Amino acid sequence: MNMPMRKSEAISAASPAVAEVLRLKVAKPSYVQAKLLPALTAIAARVVPPLVMLAVILTVWQVLCMKPGATLPAPSKIWTEAYDLIVDPFFVAGPQDIGLGWRVLISLQRVAIGYGLAGLIGIGLGTIIGQSVWAMRGLDPIFQILRTISPLAWLPISLAAFRDSQPSAIFVIFITSVWPIIINTAVGIRNIPQDYRNVAAVVQLNPLEFFAKIMIPAAAPYIFTGLRIGIGLSWLAIVAAEMLIGGVGIGFFIWDAWNSSHISEIILALFYVGIIGFVLDRMIAGLGKVVTRGTAAG
Amino acid sequence: MQAYLKLDHIDKTFNRGSATTEVLKDINLTIDKGEYVSIIGHSGCGKSTLLNIVAGLTGTTNGCVLLENREVNSPGPDRAVVFQNHSLLPWLTVYENVRLGVDKVFARSKSRAERDAWVMHNLSLVQMAHAKDKRPSEISGGMKQRVGIARALAMEPKVLLLDEPFGALDALTRAHLQDSVMALHQKLGNTILMITHDVDEAVLLSDRIVMMTNGPSARIGEVLEVPLARPRKRLELATNPGYLKCRQRVLEFLYERHSFVEAA
Repeated sequence: MNMPMRKSEAISAASPAVAEVLRLKVAKPSYVQAKLLPALTAIAARVVPPLVMLAVILTVWQVLCMKPGATLPAPSKIWTEAYDLIVDPFFVAGPQDIGLGWRVLISLQRVAIGYGLAGLIGIGLGTIIGQSVWAMRGLDPIFQILRTISPLAWLPISLAAFRDSQPSAIFVIFITSVWPIIINTAVGIRNIPQDYRNVAAVVQLNPLEFFAKIMIPAAAPYIFTGLRIGIGLSWLAIVAAEMLIGGVGIGFFIWDAWNSSHISEIILALFYVGIIGFVLDRMIAGLGKVVTRGTAAG
Repeated sequence: MQAYLKLDHIDKTFNRGSATTEVLKDINLTIDKGEYVSIIGHSGCGKSTLLNIVAGLTGTTNGCVLLENREVNSPGPDRAVVFQNHSLLPWLTVYENVRLGVDKVFARSKSRAERDAWVMHNLSLVQMAHAKDKRPSEISGGMKQRVGIARALAMEPKVLLLDEPFGALDALTRAHLQDSVMALHQKLGNTILMITHDVDEAVLLSDRIVMMTNGPSARIGEVLEVPLARPRKRLELATNPGYLKCRQRVLEFLYERHSFVEAA
């Protein structure tokens, strides 16, 4: 309650010369008081605590790693050592010497292709499997086993099959993220209430209309759960896969920095990986929220 | 006179593994055009199965359903169903839920604008035009059921099938909706087959009440004509001797001669 009062006092005190106009403004400062301030307070309540915690963590880190003989660099040291990389994520100084922004984009491109394929094929297969009791019984145990295989374990197989690093990396992304999408879609399709199927039968929707108008919207919450797990796994897998296959992705950058003992650069790259992973997850979650707003509420 | 809707010697047996349960046995019923027929019985007597058979959602074991002398054995908009739990699609608005059926049924016979007008016409028949842009989660149970009725009516069914349409509603909303359905029946002259377990509802709304015996192997125990003039008024009927007599007959059937026996 203190904040808005101070605000209106500040306005009346600020410009005594135009008192006539000012009185009107003071009479209805309601927009600032009723809308803007609560909104700002709400935002601050969400943003300030993480910022405070970040400051605390950085301070502790700084204190711990400032001692001589510390094996890991302190934040201040990272700032000075990796300054070039921090201030300009998009420089190009040679075929292997590019900014982290570019590297992330290259990794993201691989993820986009692999994950896009996984989404298409996963939803398609999941729909078919969810429709058939026997396909579910036959394939579900196999999928449950396959999905526990580490992404990196697929890499030698895919290198042997494709004999090239780029398709191998994309395949690893695909094979890592496709299982949760298939399984969740299938469960979503199986859980479509009989009522909706009856409605579709009475209205006489053809299979294509049934797929588009009933199945996909009804199963959307499940599908998006699968997609969200899938994008997380993709991002985990690409960093690991790129360490092994080389190239210019963010994963190989980390491996390369380790080989050159640039610990500060590794830590900077980890920040990138974490933030991008977070953004990807939020993007899929946000998309899911928009698409399933009706289904989830019902 | 030829029967409009005819259920001809219908048997229904369910097989679950090695166990077979005979649910319905030798059901014969003819319904005239414009008639309002209720099927009443204790829960588990297979009345919902019977409605699903007429709707074409469940197949028969023996016998068949004839609509205007043609056999019907798959679902279709000529036998639109108002489901017990409304079954509106939650991701569509009220308007879109009704429009879904209209677009399929009148794909060729009505233009886009005509279909739009037809949807709005049916929504206003059930007094729901004001909520056309709301989603099912935003309206009350009674309103959802109104939209369910509008969706069924909008398909211009030959027979309107009501599967315990008021079962999930509170008593006041139910009475209100019963009056609405009576008014619609009066106005549009639909042929209606309704499943119910509410004696008052059956007597109030129906021209004939079909009473079913307890399952398994449920059959039609008795058919009662309700000789009350329409339009019927809920309040006046409460003391009407004809109404009370019909009510008495149904109650006797349900609670004396075929009282509910707990199977378990």
